[in-house]
Amino acid sequence: MVLNNIEKLLEKYDNGETTLQEEQQLKHYFTNETVPPHLESYKAMFTYFLVNEKEQFTKDVPLQSKRSVSFYTKWISVAAVAVLLIGFYFKSNVFQQQDDLGTYDDPKVAYNQLVQSLELISSNFNKGTEKLEYLNTYNKGVSKVGYLNEMDKTTSLIFKK
Amino acid sequence: MNQNEFLNIVMPFKDKVFRLAKRLLVSTEEAEDATQEVLIKLWKNKAKIESYNNVEAFSMTMTKNFCLDKLKSKQAQNLKIVHSNYKDHNVSLQKEIEVNDSVNWVSKIIEELPEQQKMVIQLRDIEQYDYDEIAKMLNMNNTAVRVALSRARKAIREKLTNTHNYGIK
Repeated sequence: MVLNNIEKLLEKYDNGETTLQEEQQLKHYFTNETVPPHLESYKAMFTYFLVNEKEQFTKDVPLQSKRSVSFYTKWISVAAVAVLLIGFYFKSNVFQQQDDLGTYDDPKVAYNQLVQSLELISSNFNKGTEKLEYLNTYNKGVSKVGYLNEMDKTTSLIFKK
Repeated sequence: MNQNEFLNIVMPFKDKVFRLAKRLLVSTEEAEDATQEVLIKLWKNKAKIESYNNVEAFSMTMTKNFCLDKLKSKQAQNLKIVHSNYKDHNVSLQKEIEVNDSVNWVSKIIEELPEQQKMVIQLRDIEQYDYDEIAKMLNMNNTAVRVALSRARKAIREKLTNTHNYGIK
C-alpha cells in the first residue's frame, strides 16, 4: 500500500473518522509490513490491539438453574414431611393396641390377683429392709464417737486458761 | 429457555465482556469474577432475554455498569485492585524485546486513561463495534464517542512517542 494513502488514513484515524474497514486495513498494514520509523508508535498500538482481541475468558460459568432446583426440593421436602406424619400416625395406633392388656370380669378374681401381687411386692420389700438392719449397729458406733466432742470441749477449756 | 440455548446466545460475546471488564478492572481475576457475575445475572433474568432487542449490547452495558460500581466501591474502601498478571520476559531477540516493550507500554498508557476513553478504545479498536452500538452501550451520543475516541488515540500515540524518544530528544 502506498505510504501516502496510509498517512491519510492515519490522520482520519486520529480524528476518529475512519470506518471499521479502514481500521482493518491499517491493522493489517502495521502488523504485517515493515513500517517507516516515524510511524513506529502506530505499530505498537495496532499490535497491542491485535494481541488483545485474542484474549479469552476461560473460567467456567456456574449456571445452576437455582429456581427449578429449589422448586423440586421444596415439593420433595413436603412429600417427606407428609410421609413422616402418616408413619407416626399409624405407628401410634399400633402402640395403643399393645397397651391394652385386657381386664377381669369377676371382681373376686380381680381382688385375689391384686392381693397376690401386693404380697409379692411387700415380701420383696421386706427382704431389702432386713439388710438395712446393719445400719443400726453402725449408728451405735457413731454415737460412741460422739463422746469425742465432750473431750474437745474440755481441752478447749484447758487451752483457754 | 434451557442451559444450552442460553450458552448459544452468550458464548459469542463472553470474551468481549471479559476483555471490557479486564480493561476497566486491570486484574485478570477481578475481570473473571465480573464476567461470571454478569453472565449469572443474565441467566437469572433469562425469562426477559427475549425482550431485549440486542442481548450483546445489553450485556456490554451491564458489564460497564458493574465494573464502574466495583471500582467505586473499591475506591470507597480505600483499597486498590492488586493484579498479578506478570509475564515472563524470556525473549532472546533484541528486536522482539523492543516491540514487546512498546506493546506493554500501550497497555500501561491505556491504563492511565480516564475510564470513558478506556471503554471507547476497548469497544472500538479491540472489539470493533459500530459507533452507533458504542453510543448505545455507553449511553453517549455518536459525536461524543468519536471525540472520546480521537482524544484517547492521540493521547496514546503522544505518550508512546514521548517514551520512545525519552533521553534522545
